[in-house]
Amino acid sequence: MAARTDSFSSAGEFRANLPLRKWKGYIFSALGILSIVIALGTLLTLLFDVVQDGLPWLDWQFITSFDSRFAQRAGLRAALAGTLWMMALTILFALPLGVLSAVYLEEYAGDNWFTRFIQVNISNLAGVPSIVYGLLGLQIFVRLFNLNRSILAGALTMVLLVLPIIIVAAREAIRAVPSSMRDASLALGATRSQTVRHHVLPYAFPGILTGNILAASRAIGETAPVLVIGALAYVATTPTGPLSRFTVLPIQIFNWTSKPQKDFHGLAAAGIVLLLVVLLSMNSVAIYLRQRLYKRF
Amino acid sequence: MNTVRVTPRTECPIESEHAASPDTHHRDGQMVAGAPTGPLQDSNSAKHATERQPVQGRDPATDFVVEVRDLSLWYGNVRALTNVSIGFPRNKVTALIGPSGCGKSTLLRTINRMNELIPGVRTEGQALLNGVDVYGRNVDPVEVRRRVGMVFQKPNPFPRSIRDNILYGAKINGYRGNYDELVERSLKQAALWNEVKENLKKSGIALSGGQQQRLCIARAVAISPEVLLMDEPASALDPISTVKIEDLMRDLVREYTIIIVTHNMQQAARVSDYTAFMLSDEETKGQLVEFGRTEELFTNPRDRRTEDYITGRFG
Repeated sequence: MAARTDSFSSAGEFRANLPLRKWKGYIFSALGILSIVIALGTLLTLLFDVVQDGLPWLDWQFITSFDSRFAQRAGLRAALAGTLWMMALTILFALPLGVLSAVYLEEYAGDNWFTRFIQVNISNLAGVPSIVYGLLGLQIFVRLFNLNRSILAGALTMVLLVLPIIIVAAREAIRAVPSSMRDASLALGATRSQTVRHHVLPYAFPGILTGNILAASRAIGETAPVLVIGALAYVATTPTGPLSRFTVLPIQIFNWTSKPQKDFHGLAAAGIVLLLVVLLSMNSVAIYLRQRLYKRF
Repeated sequence: MNTVRVTPRTECPIESEHAASPDTHHRDGQMVAGAPTGPLQDSNSAKHATERQPVQGRDPATDFVVEVRDLSLWYGNVRALTNVSIGFPRNKVTALIGPSGCGKSTLLRTINRMNELIPGVRTEGQALLNGVDVYGRNVDPVEVRRRVGMVFQKPNPFPRSIRDNILYGAKINGYRGNYDELVERSLKQAALWNEVKENLKKSGIALSGGQQQRLCIARAVAISPEVLLMDEPASALDPISTVKIEDLMRDLVREYTIIIVTHNMQQAARVSDYTAFMLSDEETKGQLVEFGRTEELFTNPRDRRTEDYITGRFG
């Protein structure tokens, strides 16, 4: 019998070289941490800078006033209302359109060259520069449909912009629904559409909401397409309906940063903070809904 | 009687039945009625049903709930079933055994047309469900699936309450009876009632694996199927849950006809009344080699390949 020692000895055909392998592991995880620090550090510095500049300007008067030539009296009431209107309309159109497209592609369309062609192009559309959508929206919605430079025209343009994102995310979510769920439903005598409506979509809904968050985050910060559509830099009324003329937060911010007076730069910073707050609260609602649905399953 | 067997490759179950149990008395007319028929045979189902009705009593050798006739199936260009003809006797458990890839699951899924969900599947031949060809021109697969219950290999309850799991099939199929009674009756039939009756609102996926599978059985019987298909229903379960499922099958068979696919030959021997042995070889994919009473097939197989398989010489 071998003598008892407190470590294994390296012998035979194996050279484990554990210390070196462990070192490589440490280096690997250290690189990961470093990447996170760089990415998040830059973001936090930016945020800190913006909050520092904007916080003195961020008060109730800033939210409830319209824009003004005087920095002390200027606010972004019109832009905030315009952004909320546009986001609501965008989601209202984009979500059902995107989800139904995804349902068709995943559950009904066969696997042939045509559907593959559509699929490739949906991915391509997600990469098209946003100003191209702006030009398209200007031609189709503003001129052809005669919607003029309204919130509706802006929202529909945004729908085009975010549809690929929603479709891709919804397809992923639908594909992640286990096929055993479809089998169970069909074997009980459910039709295909009943199976989709009763089982596939509820199951995929949390994932679909995630796609919606991504889409909303993209749309809320877009400046170029709304600029091309013709959102105004100066609006002194809140929108009264989908056909009102409008401005949105990014345009208002852009407008302030281009002014020479230093006070307006502070206003712009405050506007950015508010934009982030709007975005985060929208996303929190979606995340809350998602968590509630996850719990049900 | 053995001389009747002309084609040893895909035998007619009736003939096997005769060969296996010479003590049972059959009339010649019944034999012919159950035998596979050529493609010229009129597929009008109602006519068949009346023709095949035995005169006195119900004879398991001729009273088939499901009768597959000359069925072939292709996945694209790959053949999976070759001219399978087999009858599944009423109120009996029939086990389909055979090595992996022999087509037994495929055969099971032809009965409720679940194979059609796979793109590129082509089926030829007939599968009569109580005399109606499920592949008939005027038959909708959705209607077929309502009449055929299916339990899958992996328990797949819906992520909903136990009660909703049971009621889903009933609701979509326009059930007019009392929902509470249906839930209780189905869960009792699946031997699950006593374990869950206190908490029918609990999610189906919060149950243990064995309970989930019994919930799936309850869900399947809740739509009053004419036949119950089970695709390796216990292969994902622990031994105790497996025993429960097997006991349950013996209880259910008093009311239902059960067809079970299993890899486990002991299980086939324990639960089934009849056994069909299937095989795929180089020239013939998915063929029925032998069909007969389970006892006979396991103790006295007539085909060499059946004997090799059940004695563990291959597969």
